[in-house]
Amino acid sequence: MKNLLGIEGMSLDDIRAVLATAEEMHEIQQRPVKKLPALRGRTVVNLFFEDSTRTRSSFELAAKWLSADAINVAAKGSSASKGESMRDTLMTLDSMGVDAIVMRHAGSGSVAQAAGWVRASMINAGDGTHEHPTQALLDAHAMLRHFRKNDLGDLEGKEVVIVGDLLHSRVVRSNALLLPQLGAHVTIVAPPTLMPPGVGTWNVAVSHDLDAVLPSADVVMMLRVQRERMLGGFFPSEREYTIRYGLTAARLAKLAPNAVIAHPGPLNRGLEISSAAADSIRSIVLDQVSAGVAVRMSVLYHLLAAEN
Amino acid sequence: MSPDAIDGVATVKSVMNAAEIARTTTRMSHELLELAGGAEDLIILGILTRGVPLAQRIARAVAETEGVDVATGELDITMYRDDLRSQPLRPVGRTVLPGSIDGKIVVLVDDVLFSGRTVQAALHALADLGRPAKILLVVLVDRGHRDVPIQAHIVGRHLPTASDERVRVSMTEFDELDQVTIESDASTL
Repeated sequence: MKNLLGIEGMSLDDIRAVLATAEEMHEIQQRPVKKLPALRGRTVVNLFFEDSTRTRSSFELAAKWLSADAINVAAKGSSASKGESMRDTLMTLDSMGVDAIVMRHAGSGSVAQAAGWVRASMINAGDGTHEHPTQALLDAHAMLRHFRKNDLGDLEGKEVVIVGDLLHSRVVRSNALLLPQLGAHVTIVAPPTLMPPGVGTWNVAVSHDLDAVLPSADVVMMLRVQRERMLGGFFPSEREYTIRYGLTAARLAKLAPNAVIAHPGPLNRGLEISSAAADSIRSIVLDQVSAGVAVRMSVLYHLLAAEN
Repeated sequence: MSPDAIDGVATVKSVMNAAEIARTTTRMSHELLELAGGAEDLIILGILTRGVPLAQRIARAVAETEGVDVATGELDITMYRDDLRSQPLRPVGRTVLPGSIDGKIVVLVDDVLFSGRTVQAALHALADLGRPAKILLVVLVDRGHRDVPIQAHIVGRHLPTASDERVRVSMTEFDELDQVTIESDASTL
């Protein structure tokens, strides 16, 4: 692999290899000295045109724990805010001789476009409403770890329900591409106004009734209602949304005994997820965060450890 | 390690059979006890892949002799290899430690000592895991041709080889039978 542009474009072998290596990277997270020399002398740039806490910091930690040099470039405070084009910013960083550019940008397809301009490996950390492949990989990894720890097997035959603002979500798209390949049945749930166009072509079931699908779910993944994009009157009110699609304390009680709750964060407590659900023993939200570092270490290892 | 290509192999010579490997393993466990002054504070670490079953066998022999449990573990050195970048991507293996290695006598176990680079990588890996009181090296076969100044404390069998020959250790944990063979290519004859 040279680039990670999306789950689309990864072979099933690539996916399994990245998830297997992530499993080994977890062991390093437990060590007192978190340092491996695998990427010594490599340089990774985090280039974020959109805000991020966990994705950016986990990529940074992942690079550092593998001994790569990591620098962060945020669009705010960079030449981009002086009007430099995305292409010029990328070409500038590439000319410095960096080995990988982790990029987040509001433009769907922007990272794939960038991969055509630069020599460095491009890693998609979220491009518009298109894909967020490392998020889907870490979601799968956190689920797999949970299932294995509790002798529940792997993702084969598991019911994963994804609920929320799917229209603006790159996470749901990457998960809809990834999880069925690993054997899971995915059902996506949202108000009709928040369903992405073209879901009919996805390998998932579609529902508008959360209560109907909740009892059979092995994993309920709540996605953030992106308040900053909610200006189009997609639902009557936040309260109305919570009543129909929020994981309230009452819905928490309807989950199957082994079901767990996932959320890629950041959480809107009281909107799409109640604190009762977010903080319950069923929540694997923080396991997703630690899985994020392991998965990103694995991705960097696969892209950068050996000469392409 | 040598590539797995069987093409062009002209001769395969068996140099140790199962009984010889068993006797040698037992002898190495006695040497280890003598050298370490007992089984106390020992952690016997097998280097992936064939070092792991060998370490287990030595640990069992030590345990039988001394009547005590011996701590064992597994060491993956993939990310410490000095040829990581120049070779095709290698899958990462798992390092499993029985506990802290600080102040312990760590016994590194591998099947074949050749260039010494694997052991060098293992020493770097151990340095990131803690500070043992002492590190000992035990190998089943020393075939010579060192690239770095590393010697084993305990050697099962010294095998004079040509540098282009391949020494292959088979162990029943992974293979059909216990044996050590030397393979040489048709082209070298």
